Amino acid sequence: MTTAPQPTKPEPSASGSPGREPILQVRGLVKHFPLTQGILFKKQVGAVQAVDGVDFDLYPGETLGIVGESGCGKSTVAKLLMNLEQPTRGEILYRGEDISKLSGRALKAVRRNIQMVFQDPYTSLNPRMTVGDIIGEPFEIHPDAAPKGERRRRVQELLDVVGLNPEYINRYPHQFSGGQRQRIGIARGLALRPEIIVADEPVSALDVSVQAQVVNLMERLQDEFDLSYMFIAHDLSIVRHIADRVGVMYLGRIVETGADAAIYEHPTHPYTQALLSAVPVPNPEAREHRERIILSGDVPSPADPPSGCRFRTRCWKAQEKCVVEDPPLTVPDVFRGTAGPAEHPSACHFAEEKIVVPRDE
Amino acid sequence: MATAAEMSTEPVSARGGPLLDVRNLHVEFRTREGVARAVNGVDYAVDAGETLAVLGESGSGKSVTAQAIMGILDSPPGFVTQGQVLFHGEDLLKFGTEQRRKVRGARMAMIFQDALSALNPVLNVGEQLGEMFTVHRGLSRKDARAKAVELMERVRIPAAKERVRSYPHQFSGGMRQRVMIAMAMALEPELIIADEPTTALDVTVQAQVMDLLAELQREYNMGLILITHDLGVVADVADKIAVMYAGRIVETSPVHDIYRAPAHPYTKGLLDSIPRVDQKGQELYAIKGLPPNLLHIPPGCAFHPRCPLAQDICRTKIPPLYRVSEVRASACHFWKECIGDDRPAADKT
Ligand SMILES: Nc1ncnc2c1ncn2[C@@H]1O[C@H](COP(=O)(O)OP(=O)(O)O)[C@@H](O)[C@H]1O
Ligand SMILES: Nc1ncnc2c1ncn2[C@@H]1O[C@H](COP(=O)(O)OP(=O)(O)O)[C@@H](O)[C@H]1O
Ligand code: SF4
Ligand SMILES: [Mg+2]
Ligand SMILES: [Mg+2]
Repeated sequence: MTTAPQPTKPEPSASGSPGREPILQVRGLVKHFPLTQGILFKKQVGAVQAVDGVDFDLYPGETLGIVGESGCGKSTVAKLLMNLEQPTRGEILYRGEDISKLSGRALKAVRRNIQMVFQDPYTSLNPRMTVGDIIGEPFEIHPDAAPKGERRRRVQELLDVVGLNPEYINRYPHQFSGGQRQRIGIARGLALRPEIIVADEPVSALDVSVQAQVVNLMERLQDEFDLSYMFIAHDLSIVRHIADRVGVMYLGRIVETGADAAIYEHPTHPYTQALLSAVPVPNPEAREHRERIILSGDVPSPADPPSGCRFRTRCWKAQEKCVVEDPPLTVPDVFRGTAGPAEHPSACHFAEEKIVVPRDE
Repeated sequence: MATAAEMSTEPVSARGGPLLDVRNLHVEFRTREGVARAVNGVDYAVDAGETLAVLGESGSGKSVTAQAIMGILDSPPGFVTQGQVLFHGEDLLKFGTEQRRKVRGARMAMIFQDALSALNPVLNVGEQLGEMFTVHRGLSRKDARAKAVELMERVRIPAAKERVRSYPHQFSGGMRQRVMIAMAMALEPELIIADEPTTALDVTVQAQVMDLLAELQREYNMGLILITHDLGVVADVADKIAVMYAGRIVETSPVHDIYRAPAHPYTKGLLDSIPRVDQKGQELYAIKGLPPNLLHIPPGCAFHPRCPLAQDICRTKIPPLYRVSEVRASACHFWKECIGDDRPAADKT
């Protein structure tokens, strides 16, 4: 049987869980991809700073949402957590142990407890494998999780859990719709009964009506199996819906983090404010009195990020200080001790509260 | 704007009607698996200066309708089998190939979701923009290049003079979409059809591009058909909305009315199923089941297998577009029940 440490599971709770032990702690996480030149003699000419100093905690039973525009490093963070990439620097502590330093059996045991659900239900499932083989594949890698004779039944149970007909076990992925394929991906993610699921844009490719079905399924499974989710998305509305806490990423860093109401209703970082103000709200009454912050230009290249604050090239508040001094991700002085919702970490020298999404009751 | 001489084909009597009036349009694809009925009687109209949003999930026939209007349907396998596309009162479906080509680009233009595959990868953007002027307006190459730079500045591409020699892949997604908008705008058409123009873009870039599009539309008083699946984008920019399901318009309405009180259960379901950035919300309402296979569209109302209000009549009789008000219509036998029911769909069982 597995040697994975199985401490008693604390009660799941809806809110962020200060005062309890995090299940996952990420500290100073960095991933640089070398940029090389030349074919025969590869010479490193720089690096894509995909992830450049990320810290966060994940608590048992909670959903941590990570939002940010494409290229900001969300998927790279997910791959680092999954051990699919090796960090350049930094630590990923699973129940206090650094997973990037583990090997062999210990690593295998940790991996079993952290599973992933991918974005694209069309390319992430092997078209030549049956649904049964796809969902049962984790049992091949971790044979002790289910004895051979029991696997078929386990797979059928999993199909049932995600709302698919257990009789579909011998079908192939192309016989399913996008939403159904995503259910298959989720069933595979659940097979080993993990504690953590890292979901990288799990509903981004789906139509709205199907998206709602999958989001509801994920919420139900979280309660049923006491899962912790790291839910990555570029869609701020979905993250608002599903997350307990949120981290906003920009160019390889988390620039603001806090409870979901703190981030959505009391953002203090200019990037978060711009991002939220740009989200179209399905309420035509709001369009006259909503302030839009239209950022100029594009996101700079992560191979050559700006000095100081990485957002300064698009920021309407930037001053000389922003060019020379990198703002740390801490609670800004102005809000420290206020005990209000604006008291949360925000990496901005000139952090200020600004309500950009009028609350709709 | 187009000169009077260029518009001489247009009958003066038609000037009072809408700019574009699509009537009972049917399109089918004859494939090896059978006949896919992609468009089954679409009616919508748009005026100069007006924005019509066409909303629907993937496969509902939004793009195929646009292709039929523009005359760029993939044919075979696609065929228009019925209907009219009235542009200034003239049926474009009766035009010959050459006549249609003259309308395309000059009087109506299209913006696609994927700029990278819509633009020619081996021509620089100056050549592609300039071609609009050399081919349609007979300008010299030099003058056409100057026009190209002007257009790029108009859509606010920084350093247009230098970038006019760049190739599409050398632009970011947002800038590429601006190049496509510049292309569409080049000959100052009266109508633009934008098919998911910002779907592939990040939200901050999406806001920039939508802003630009709205500004140009106002300035030139163009009619705009905005195809999208995003209820937020619709609420932000549309004057009126046409909701599509299985190749039909199921509801048309001014934008404010539809969000306040949808008159079709599908529209209502969509509105209830989206998470909101301005609300935390409880469990999402999920429309049950899947959109139909176009090879086998359900009889009666195509939405009936998924509809919470469906009765026997829905399984047998195709609902016509009932008049809900002066300006609204719904293809639901029970639109009165739907509109009068202000409980969120999630509370109903
Ligand atoms: N294997 C890789 N080699 C080089 N660069 C990479 C690699 N994977 C990702 N990147 C770069 O790292 C940055 C972050 O990418 P990613 O984590 O995929 O962002 P996101 O998921 O937020 O869109 C991007 O600029 C991307 O091009
Ligand atoms: N080139 C084609 N060949 C065969 N069928 C097609 C083709 N293009 C579209 N269709 C059919 O028309 C349906 C509607 O497509 P489309 O208008 O692109 O939907 P959307 O609403 O997503 O834009 C598709 O589901 C498909 O069945
Ligand atoms: S630190 Fe400066 S540049 Fe960065 S977000 Fe704050 S004001 Fe803008
Ligand atoms: Mg990604
Ligand atoms: Mg389409």
